[in-house]
Amino acid sequence: MSCIVENYDICVVGAGHAGCEAALASARLGFETMLFTISVDSIALMPCNPNIGGTSKGHLVREVDALGGEMGKNIDKTFIQSKMLNKSKGPAVHSLRAQADKAAYSAQMRKTLQNQEHLTIKQAEVAKIITETQSGKQVIAGVKTVSGGTYYSKAVILCTGTYLNARCLTGEMVSHTGPNGLQAAKYLSDSLRELGVEIYRFKTGTPARIDSKSIDYSKMSEQFGDEKIVPFSFTTNAEEIQKDQVSCWLTYTNEKTHEIIRKNLKRSPLFSGMIEGTGPRYCPSIEDKVVKFADKEKHQLFIEPEGLNTNEMYIAGMSSSLPEDVQYQMYRSVAGLEHAKIVRNAYAIEYDCINPNQLLSSLEFKNISGLFCAGQFNGSSGYEEAACQGLIAGINACRKLQGKEPMILDRSEAYIGVLIDDLVTKENNEPYRMMTSRAEYRLILRQDNADLRLTKKGYEVGLIPKERYDWVVKKEAMIQDEVMRIEKVMIGANQKVQACMESLGSIPLHTGTSLAELIRRPELNYDVLAPLDKDRPNLPEEVTEQVNIHIKYEGYISRQMKQVAQFKKLEKKKLPRDFDYQKIHGLRIEAVQKLNLLQPMSIGQASRISGVSPADISVILVYLEQMYQKKK
Amino acid sequence: MKTDTIAAIATAMTNSGIGIIRISGSDAIETADKILCLKEKKKLSECQTHTVHYGFVKEKDRIVDEVMAVIMRAPKSYTREDTVEIDCHGGTLVMQKILELIIKNGARPAEAGEFTKRAFLNGRIDLAQAESVIDVINAKNEFALKASMSQLGGAVSIKIKRIRGEILHEIAFIESAIDDPEHYQLEGEGAILSNKLNLLLDEMKSLLKNAENGLMLKEGIHTVIVGKPNSGKSSLLNAFVGKERAIVTDIAGTTRDAIEEQIMLGGISLNIIDTAGIRNTDDLVEKIGVDKSKEYIQNSDLILYVVDASSSLSSEDFELMELLQGRNVITLFNKSDLESAVGEDEIRSFLKTETCSISAKYGDGIEELEQKIEEMFFHGKIQINEEVYLTNVRHKASLLEAEKSLQLVKRSINDGLPEDFYSVDLMNAYEELGKIIGESVEDDLVNEIFSKFCMGK
Repeated sequence: MSCIVENYDICVVGAGHAGCEAALASARLGFETMLFTISVDSIALMPCNPNIGGTSKGHLVREVDALGGEMGKNIDKTFIQSKMLNKSKGPAVHSLRAQADKAAYSAQMRKTLQNQEHLTIKQAEVAKIITETQSGKQVIAGVKTVSGGTYYSKAVILCTGTYLNARCLTGEMVSHTGPNGLQAAKYLSDSLRELGVEIYRFKTGTPARIDSKSIDYSKMSEQFGDEKIVPFSFTTNAEEIQKDQVSCWLTYTNEKTHEIIRKNLKRSPLFSGMIEGTGPRYCPSIEDKVVKFADKEKHQLFIEPEGLNTNEMYIAGMSSSLPEDVQYQMYRSVAGLEHAKIVRNAYAIEYDCINPNQLLSSLEFKNISGLFCAGQFNGSSGYEEAACQGLIAGINACRKLQGKEPMILDRSEAYIGVLIDDLVTKENNEPYRMMTSRAEYRLILRQDNADLRLTKKGYEVGLIPKERYDWVVKKEAMIQDEVMRIEKVMIGANQKVQACMESLGSIPLHTGTSLAELIRRPELNYDVLAPLDKDRPNLPEEVTEQVNIHIKYEGYISRQMKQVAQFKKLEKKKLPRDFDYQKIHGLRIEAVQKLNLLQPMSIGQASRISGVSPADISVILVYLEQMYQKKK
Repeated sequence: MKTDTIAAIATAMTNSGIGIIRISGSDAIETADKILCLKEKKKLSECQTHTVHYGFVKEKDRIVDEVMAVIMRAPKSYTREDTVEIDCHGGTLVMQKILELIIKNGARPAEAGEFTKRAFLNGRIDLAQAESVIDVINAKNEFALKASMSQLGGAVSIKIKRIRGEILHEIAFIESAIDDPEHYQLEGEGAILSNKLNLLLDEMKSLLKNAENGLMLKEGIHTVIVGKPNSGKSSLLNAFVGKERAIVTDIAGTTRDAIEEQIMLGGISLNIIDTAGIRNTDDLVEKIGVDKSKEYIQNSDLILYVVDASSSLSSEDFELMELLQGRNVITLFNKSDLESAVGEDEIRSFLKTETCSISAKYGDGIEELEQKIEEMFFHGKIQINEEVYLTNVRHKASLLEAEKSLQLVKRSINDGLPEDFYSVDLMNAYEELGKIIGESVEDDLVNEIFSKFCMGK
């Protein structure tokens, strides 16, 4: 039997949020790219919640955009409601979240992919990774599909999401499918095991979708979008996306709901022991919530539209793996859902993923040269977490082919850096979700300055056009100039000033002060003080926003900058690859084991491994110096 | 402030002669200038390198000590960094005071072996010495860890754990609300947190006060009292302490658990441990006590070996003397009120030791013994590892830093800053307090968020 044999530069396996970014990055950088998907109709599918962004995830989308990724642009074209979360809190935790028209989101991304030069899309299940051995090391050679086709390539990026050996559970009913009844990928896990890859089994879940016609919204409270819509992408013109938005709805579970759940716990595969995978603590199923937080009388639920051309409503807060009949009772006990008709049942899904400690920070396997991976396959959870990894894996696969050093973002540069560093250095026992509290330098890693942080990098990589780069450089200069100007503006305690203070609800001045000092008052800001600032130049809003933040939170920001400087010192001290730490006299056994396993790239990364003490770090430092002096 | 300038006491912690405190790093000279008041009203920063200057260390307007300061600019110093050495009048209290002043003015306490490490990393020590550098770091670190664990009183440790737990809970609440703003709201959180902070700050103040008085650490000369059963060890301890602490009976083996007392002897702090009588025993409970005694002997700075002078030496005495070889020992001929059956020469032929004759029961000879200990200390025969003192200084620095961080949270609340700024300083306090009890941060926060707050979609 003869089979297809083709050659590509890069093969991407899976066309979810990670796969799309990886394939686009690769094709846009000029590499012939093959994108495999189990179903072309499920490109950029959103099988769970119908939104993009949210706390800390919104940051990720902005970062993806600043680096030249697609997610932000795609949601700007297909959102149906938008909200900036945490507006009452500091700028570092403002987070954008948009409700997506799921079908439109998926179709729009498919359109972008299909029109992309150098990109081929193929509906096929990849069954095998082909490698060869070069000087004792495994090197990627391509992939084989179930139908026997061989696709040779210099790099492969695995973005298999939740499809590997997937199993969906609704009560006693088990189906061996991926999300939404799509075909699972049955062979790839074994191929990976043969290559010596350590496989984990994770679990996640999704709530039921309910027919909008059957919902009584009069018993719920309406949740509107923001009046002024802020786009995700730095390239989207805000004025062009102001539009009518759809609403979400808020309701609650009650004691009756909890009673139904408690009575039927035995029939939940989570509690009967049928599920072996570890679920995320972040998205607990409703049965988990009822058991773990037994004293809570109610749990809030958001009823969210899945799109403009569907009647399905997503019941956020109530994912479950209880049997169908219990689901009816349970959802119908909620105010407004008394007559609910379930279109799609809630279910739990189990899938294979890897221990991401096997990866370098570039998202390439330490032991298999040219094999990259991203998304839920790496043990993360969420569309945005997947997309940003896809982008990084795509970029780094290309850089490998170009013979360049990988692009690695560190923890002080981006949430993406925090996410990947956590994945590759820390023990990960559950699907990993981004959180603002995971970013130790979050006052600097804001969603409002993602362009300032990352556009240059995107430009160097080749995904950001020159004009966009030039604009960021100019913007930077404008911010700096204006901050310097403001620092010098003095305000006297004259009558006009006092009147202005009074009108702004701020206490009058005792004596003259600087404008910067006034901006720092909580009730004041850069904008409202315009009347006292005669020489103020006319600047774009995105510049004045940065100026305001810089001045207002100057103390905290400069403190974090100092911490970052310390942090960078250790990140810059590189460690050798494939090193046997047993050679270092004086390291404790636990440290040797962990270091040998994880092979950190820098002293900084080594210091974040649990089980490696500060004394161990000192010992390594001394050893490195010893080696360096020997070389001299 | 976290800085890269470090300080430590460079000489052994004895009350004798001169003590040297070393500061190294980019801000070393500037920091020294903040506490020094030189003779000719000069600043150290204006002085030439490798010169010695006479002056005073001052805390505000009060003179702490008369000192000589040596300035060594980089790279011509041990660490190849800007270095200042302050030669003061020894005395553990004075040295500690000066070190603390330096820490308050911008340096941080050196980590175990850090001077040596810096010297090496800056190319001052050659390759052949690298292995020994690693050993120094490891040995000092191990000692510091041990010192930190054993020195910290149990009550202090529990208190710090509790304060830390409360701080973590507050951060977790704020972070939950940031992460899931449609679920948890922070309205009025500033005022509530402010009240809680006042309570926590009060507790921290009492911890700091204890630290100032040296009560937080059981520092001092580790002194172990040994002797065969019923030789009079407990009576001796009681004579020192002046109250009946150990059970004193005539039945051999009544003191089963080691008893610890801290006493001050002419400015020297002694940490006295009375052990169970060492004797071959089948009694399991007592056996544990005996094994423990052997361990105490290994870790001691000074051993008071009590011999019952009224009866002749037994096999148990010989076994004991075997254990005491090579240690700092004062042999006490107890029961001097009874007829003597053992002579000094007899002991000295087996063991290198100082001797003293006492009657623990009647308190005779105790003064003489105290003088003997002081003498040994001042002549440098007994030394305390400087890590013990550094541990204390590190703990204090961490407590101060934690207190400062909580004060900053209060200021942020008063200044009307948004809630997410609170967690920055709360986390810092959490981290600093963790250093005292040897616990790092790791995934504590995320775990606390998930276990206490119901989050997610």
